[in-house]
Amino acid sequence: MTGSMTKKPLLTIKNVTKKFGPIAAVDGIDLDIYENEFFALLGPSGCGKTTLLRMIAGFEFPTSGAILLSGQDIAPLPPEKRPLNLMFQSYALFPHMTVRQNLAYGLEVERLDKAEIRRRVDETLASTDLSELAERKPEQLSGGQKQRVALARALVKKPKLLLLDEPLGALDKKLRERMQLELKRLQHEAGITFVIVTHDQEEALVMADRMAILKSGRLLQVGSPEEVYEAPSDPFVANFIGIMNFLKGRMETDGAFTAEGHSLLPGAPAKAGLALLAVRPEHVTLSADGEGLAGVISDIAYHGLDRVVHVRTAASDGPVQVRVKADEGRGLDIGSPVRLAFNAAKCRVFAAEGGLAAQS
Amino acid sequence: MSYNAARPNLLAAPAVLWLVAFMIVPCALILLFAFFERGVFGGIDYNLNLDNFRRVADPLYAGIFLRSARIALTAAGLAILIAYPAAYAITRALPTRQPILLFFAVLPFWSNYLIRTYAWIVLLNREGLVNNLLRGLGYHGEPLSMLYTEGAVITGLVYNYLPFVILAIYSTLSKLNPELIEASRDLGAGPVRTFLRVTLPLSLSGVAAGGVFVFILSIGNFVTPALLGGGRFQMVGNLVYDQFLSANDWPFGAALGMVLITLMIVLLMLQAHMTARASGETRGASADA
Ligand SMILES: Nc1ncnc2c1ncn2[C@@H]1O[C@H](COP(=O)(O)OP(=O)(O)O)[C@@H](O)[C@H]1O
Ligand SMILES: [Mg+2]
Repeated sequence: MTGSMTKKPLLTIKNVTKKFGPIAAVDGIDLDIYENEFFALLGPSGCGKTTLLRMIAGFEFPTSGAILLSGQDIAPLPPEKRPLNLMFQSYALFPHMTVRQNLAYGLEVERLDKAEIRRRVDETLASTDLSELAERKPEQLSGGQKQRVALARALVKKPKLLLLDEPLGALDKKLRERMQLELKRLQHEAGITFVIVTHDQEEALVMADRMAILKSGRLLQVGSPEEVYEAPSDPFVANFIGIMNFLKGRMETDGAFTAEGHSLLPGAPAKAGLALLAVRPEHVTLSADGEGLAGVISDIAYHGLDRVVHVRTAASDGPVQVRVKADEGRGLDIGSPVRLAFNAAKCRVFAAEGGLAAQS
Repeated sequence: MSYNAARPNLLAAPAVLWLVAFMIVPCALILLFAFFERGVFGGIDYNLNLDNFRRVADPLYAGIFLRSARIALTAAGLAILIAYPAAYAITRALPTRQPILLFFAVLPFWSNYLIRTYAWIVLLNREGLVNNLLRGLGYHGEPLSMLYTEGAVITGLVYNYLPFVILAIYSTLSKLNPELIEASRDLGAGPVRTFLRVTLPLSLSGVAAGGVFVFILSIGNFVTPALLGGGRFQMVGNLVYDQFLSANDWPFGAALGMVLITLMIVLLMLQAHMTARASGETRGASADA
């Protein structure tokens, strides 16, 4: 993960902008992706993820900026000449060809001999667990099977870089979780760099070595899942990744954050003024009395391993979510007054201007 | 469940009745004549036999059948060759422009068939527009006699049925998922290979529909060969026409008609089979898009 930072990037996206008419679908993105990385592009629907992938694959042209593959500008290359493959969101399997023919298609173009094609197709069919389905047409496959055929069709080409546009988006939750690990295994075995697009933050956290968060065509943050989860660069990222509580208050020049008379010294202070404190449910503790921000329990959600207690406070728009162990939370009642204490080292503070608006 | 797709639906009853009363019954009656004989003074002798069908196989008539089939096949082939690029170009135009382009492609069809065909006489005859144009371009030989040739008949047939073929091919091409083309390019195939291995195979059902349409309407056609072809027995259509209206040999005309209709049914069934297969494939491909 961090070791890859010292390598030369496989893919470099240099200040790339794509405009459709007046709107910029992709807006000045700079990004380096390294060899053998499993990289996730994460962002809400419509933030420009597909557009960015299509520019890398050669189906759209940047309005400005450059895309380099192994240091080489790929702008002059048509899609068929680019040593990378795209797995389409719709899978785009050829309906008139069998699974085997779909896989062989990309190899026939390379003018490999028949035996070699057969060998590589069989090998890929086996590694993606598709051998039994080789003679079926796409219409005879389930959604999950089609997804695997689309993946196999791209993998069999052994590209340097594989782009996957929401590859698991059409699958149900169980299958999706299995395929997340399956994708990681295949990426590892094949030694191919994966760039995967998703709008599911959990998926990105589970799979990616590094991830980038996009919003309205702009890049907000790039980093490992831990970095992004632990140290989100702005309230949008904080809110988008995992569950985040926001408290409105003031930042003082001495570095203390104060909300509703409760004061703490957060791990990452911002400049003085109106501020927004962000803290995850697992970094808040509850007590019936004693020190802390005053609140009232509005809801308790049981999750098996733990409970998420919702506490209404004067400092937050919505209830503050607190994660407690399931047996510790047994005595809590809706409506009881409680005090909230925060693990100051895990809190982040953002300047209030602009930040408040981003909190949805 | 009260809804059952396999149960006949009463809503179709009026259309079925209409078909039976005005199509199937009269056709069946005429076709029955095929098994009888022409009376000595015209009319029909109800004397059951297969002589008329033997006569259809006579080299004289079989030759006309073959010639008609050749003309119809050429017309269908040419129509496809002209219509395919046109339909392809229309699907590549901006979605907002496509309806207007289709409108222009189909426009000739809305004018009267006879007038359209007569227009070709004006164009093709010895004193016609084409010969005048050639003279204007510096051609000084004998005026070309293009009218009353097989070429003129084929031209007329292609011209008349082209709009249908464009529509048929357009309808399959426009349903083609553009990501299939992109997937082909992405896997390393250039534009030509992509066309031959993806676009063309997936639009064959439209090509077949258009081709069968032109073939069937051409092989039985009698107006175009009568006006542009000159000779009396250019095509089977003229032969049938002649049996019913001049030779007064209804049984033989009916036998000819029966052979034609059988041919049509076989072709239509083949084409329907092909369309059903193709739609199964595209449904499978777009189900989870
Ligand atoms: N071909 C296009 N023409 C016009 N606008 C487009 C086109 N493709 C995408 N857009 C717009 O660009 C934005 C980003 O789209 P997209 O890249 O598909 O987002 P995502 O994949 O993140 O959901 C959207 O607002 C979308 O409407
Ligand atoms: Mg998308």
